Amino acid sequence: MYQFNYERPKTLADAEALLAKSDDPKILAGGQTLIPTLKQRLAMPSDLIDIGGIKDLDFIRAEGDAVMIGAATRHAKVAQSAEVKKHNPALAALAAGIGDPAVRHMGTLGGSIANNDPAADYPAACLALDAKIHTTKRLIEADEFFKGMFETALQDGEIIKEVTFPHPEKAAYMKFRNPASRYAMVGVFVSKGPWGIRVAVTGAGQNGVFRVKEMEEALAKNWSPDAVANIKLPAKGLNADLHGSAEYRAHLVTVMAKRAVAAAG
Amino acid sequence: MSVISMTVNGKPASADIEARTLLVQFIREQLGLTGTHVGCDTSQCGACVVHVDGRAVKSCTMLAAQAEGAEILTIEGLAPNGELHPVQAAFREHHGLQCGFCTPGMIMTAVDMIRRIPDLDEETVREELEGNICRCTGYHNIVKAILAASQEMR
Amino acid sequence: MSGAAREGIGQPVRRKEDFRFITGNGHYTDDISRPRQTYAYFLRSPHAHARIRSIDTSEAEKAPGVAGIFTGRHVADDGLGGLICGWTVTSKDGTPMKVGPHPILALDTVRYVGDHVAMVVAETLAEARAAAELIEVDYEALPAAVSLGSCQKPDAAQVHPEAPRNTCFEWELGNKAETEAAFAKAARVVKLDLTNNRLIPNAMEPRAAIGEYDKGSGIYTLHTTSQNPHVARLVLSAFVGVAPEHKLRVIAPDVGGGFGSKIFIYAEETACVWAAAKLGRPIKWTADRSEAFLSDAHGRDHLSHAELALDADGKFLGLRVKTIANLGAYLSTFSAAVPTYLYGTLLSGQYDIPAIYVEVDGVYTHTAPVDAYRGAGRPEATYLVERMVETAARETGIDPADIRRRNFIRSFPHQTPVIMNYDAGDYQASLDAALEAIDYKGFAARKSDAAKRGKLRGIGISSYIEACGIAPSAAVGSLGAGVGLWESAEVRVNPTGNVEVLTGSHSHGQGHETTFAQLVASRLGIPLSNVEIVHGDTDKVQFGMGTYGSRSGAVGMSAIVKALEKIEAKAKKIAAHLMEAAVEDITFENGAFTVQGTDKSLAWAEVSLAAYTAHGFPSGEIEPGLKEGAFYDPANFTFPAGAHVCEVEIDPDTGIVEIVKFVAVDDFGTIINPMIVEGQVHGGIAQGIGQALLEHGVYDPASGQLVTGSYMDYCMPRADDLPSFTLGFTKTVCPSNPLGMKGCGEAGAIAAPPAIINAVTDALGIRDIEMPATPARVWQALQSAAPRAAAE
Repeated sequence: MYQFNYERPKTLADAEALLAKSDDPKILAGGQTLIPTLKQRLAMPSDLIDIGGIKDLDFIRAEGDAVMIGAATRHAKVAQSAEVKKHNPALAALAAGIGDPAVRHMGTLGGSIANNDPAADYPAACLALDAKIHTTKRLIEADEFFKGMFETALQDGEIIKEVTFPHPEKAAYMKFRNPASRYAMVGVFVSKGPWGIRVAVTGAGQNGVFRVKEMEEALAKNWSPDAVANIKLPAKGLNADLHGSAEYRAHLVTVMAKRAVAAAG
Repeated sequence: MSVISMTVNGKPASADIEARTLLVQFIREQLGLTGTHVGCDTSQCGACVVHVDGRAVKSCTMLAAQAEGAEILTIEGLAPNGELHPVQAAFREHHGLQCGFCTPGMIMTAVDMIRRIPDLDEETVREELEGNICRCTGYHNIVKAILAASQEMR
Repeated sequence: MSGAAREGIGQPVRRKEDFRFITGNGHYTDDISRPRQTYAYFLRSPHAHARIRSIDTSEAEKAPGVAGIFTGRHVADDGLGGLICGWTVTSKDGTPMKVGPHPILALDTVRYVGDHVAMVVAETLAEARAAAELIEVDYEALPAAVSLGSCQKPDAAQVHPEAPRNTCFEWELGNKAETEAAFAKAARVVKLDLTNNRLIPNAMEPRAAIGEYDKGSGIYTLHTTSQNPHVARLVLSAFVGVAPEHKLRVIAPDVGGGFGSKIFIYAEETACVWAAAKLGRPIKWTADRSEAFLSDAHGRDHLSHAELALDADGKFLGLRVKTIANLGAYLSTFSAAVPTYLYGTLLSGQYDIPAIYVEVDGVYTHTAPVDAYRGAGRPEATYLVERMVETAARETGIDPADIRRRNFIRSFPHQTPVIMNYDAGDYQASLDAALEAIDYKGFAARKSDAAKRGKLRGIGISSYIEACGIAPSAAVGSLGAGVGLWESAEVRVNPTGNVEVLTGSHSHGQGHETTFAQLVASRLGIPLSNVEIVHGDTDKVQFGMGTYGSRSGAVGMSAIVKALEKIEAKAKKIAAHLMEAAVEDITFENGAFTVQGTDKSLAWAEVSLAAYTAHGFPSGEIEPGLKEGAFYDPANFTFPAGAHVCEVEIDPDTGIVEIVKFVAVDDFGTIINPMIVEGQVHGGIAQGIGQALLEHGVYDPASGQLVTGSYMDYCMPRADDLPSFTLGFTKTVCPSNPLGMKGCGEAGAIAAPPAIINAVTDALGIRDIEMPATPARVWQALQSAAPRAAAE
């Protein structure tokens, strides 16, 4: 790792102030992606602003027809939350399948979506569940938030505070893990709710998470695995590497979508 | 450099360190507790697992500064009075280790797993070991040891 | 059962070494710190092949904390030799293998990504690493020969000018004319092209070293992660010239797994111990995992074409094989032996094959060196033989178990056409037991049940044999080895009767501290806790050859047996003197010396003490003390063999292969500690499953970059990739060593891959699939097979 300054503010206001006065800061949440990146010397921030000490960012609250989750809430906590399990079991299951148990004890919701790794799980949930991302500056719709590989709508100095997940009627996430890294090679989140029907795919696309309109339309007509069984994504634009061709990934999107619809019931 | 303080295996520990010091470096190099190992640089092998405030964490993927004020438990502190922890005893009884390098991380992960999940079965143990790599045992006896310890600790 | 019986030979004694490992009190090399130590970081080549025009270290030298920077120029100016290959293979035209130089640090050319360019030593590792970024190397990038299939073409880039067409040797074994004749009369010839995938060993403890120099005594000390510290010392002194052998101490403390990769003498530890004298301070280096991927010697990596000739009854008549074996950019310590004498000699498998002819081209590529990895040559041989036998069964319509039974060797000793003389075995016993355990008869029902659930089920057999306990020194010497492959032991009895056993074997997970102690305790009739096994330090232990090739039981323990016999003989003499009896009348049993036919008896501890008080020993007849050494040179290889059977279920939608059941029945001869032996089998099978389904070392064919350079892309077997295993044992005693042991460390890695691939291809209904049979490859195979199936 290169040298950096480390700050651990206690309040969001302090964090914002620190961000404003730093040359090239990075926000440290759980660190499960950022610290490996720093170790590989792939990033050289001047300051690390650790938001892990801000108590206000660590909460899960069910209110009305949505669950609100603080940005610094750990995956393990989401996975175990009675509120999340009750209202949004697909989200709890997704959180329970991120990384491994030790990673889930550190990694956070805010960190995952702010980083927008193309193989991360939470972006698929946000997109499929029509989530609202509240930041220190504004509210961003999930549809507007994810801008491509490792890119989001977040501006400099903007910190995610919480994410609102409206309750779905039906939802499920199915993931095909990369055999080596165990990240999502293809993850498909399907949902039915006030927003209609959504199908979000992570892991497969070269530009990160995306929705599959054709599947959404087919499921709107007929909510059943058969409805998506014959919908094949074009391989163009999908990742290809030693773990599988773009064609294989396209095929897996169909298989995982089918299985997700079946699991959602 | 700045001074950080935490409790390690029940004892206060404090040192003046660079911000970039990882928790595992603090434990191994500052405190000389070399039972916690480093087996990879991509946060996957789990040889470095310790408990931070009661939860299993990869100490190679956490800054020491992030653990300011925390309670850390390492393999050396698991059985401070010389008597083995049931998980340690089960690893020995069931030959759940060979070269021993992944073992401290495996044991710390297993203790955390048994704490969280009361009714472990083989499939769950195997899934829960996703973040711990062993090259010697083929996991067969590690799984056996964890299941036995889980029974024992019920 | 008495205490002694509970700790004796054949008992699953819990391991003596475990306490330190489960409490975090092991001492691996990186756990050790020396006063005033500095830290080394190696600047490595980013190119697969490049000329070094210049190296400018001036900025780096000024960086904070830097203690010294060393390049190939310093090494050359100091007159240091290069690294060596300790086995010379001769080509079929009679010429010796063509060896390019293997410098400690590159002088003017780099030959693989990760090749060593400079060593930076600083007060901290972070400072060394930061300084390394300031070194300016002017590279002239050159085309690289990366792929095994094309590296021998005339237009391929050259790795070493000494080896035209990148060919190090063109070796042959067997009888060509007889094999041609066998094929001429064959009723059927089965042909297959096979790939044995490149593997990266990945012992969980990365390699590490601490070099030190004591100016007063002129003694160098090297702590290092070695499977064979004495061999390291010999190479570093006799060939590299770091220090005279008696001025160099090599210590291999607790070592976290080896699997072959820690046999070899590498550049890093050599540079650390050499430069420690230049700096006058200890130098510590520990690989991170990324460095391990780049610079540990890799394993396997063969391309083969094989043909098997059969008569009308399915009897094998002849086998001919052409293999291209990757050696990487430089010859590593034993690399030439692996695809030749550890491979070609096992191509008869468990079968009576009258004629065999094999040709192996050992080739250089711009990739990391390839050397022994768990099994070393024997997994490649077994894979080839068992895939051929399976394919023959399918093509002849004979049941795969039956075709094996028809061809098993049944009388011993059996001389194969490829050097080996099998001494004992009962191959059908292992196969029958394995088939019983997996319920072979019930497979058809399980397959049709799986089909109803939309799954493809397959079963695969692997009847393997390996040659272990390497090996008679005269035999390996005649085949090109630069060393003898005996083992040593010294048994030191202390005045209080407890015992230290110094062994040249090295334990890095195998449990020698327990198994060896079981042997000694049961022979001497003393508690296990009174025996200490000492290994891994050239200052303590007499010369020894180390641990690899499943040799520590058969060879290492045989040396201990020899030493114990001498101890017993001398102790009897002392007892006879003390009890005033004739030595012929003394019996030694359960730790007591008794004068036959009398009630006169002395305990072990009494005789031990007497050996050191030495009061009244008849002068010239009995020397004081009780310490004996022995060197044991085996009379033959040993031949562990058995049958592994695997049943898989494939999800055709995803291509995921699930191992539903894995049965291993092995014949290891005498077993000292079944618990430890089972653990060895488990670990071997896991690595075999890794090779068959998960692991693959991949270089980009154009750039020569290592694509699988971390656990993000190199797929290590995890707990949820594997099933629990079902093990069984059969036993034929090995006649060539005193304990009847054969060795067990590599069996799983040797036997498992063909069992799995036979099962996968059975499930898919295809001839072959390349390892690893990843979900993507399985799915692709199904896509290619589907139109054909539909057309049938």
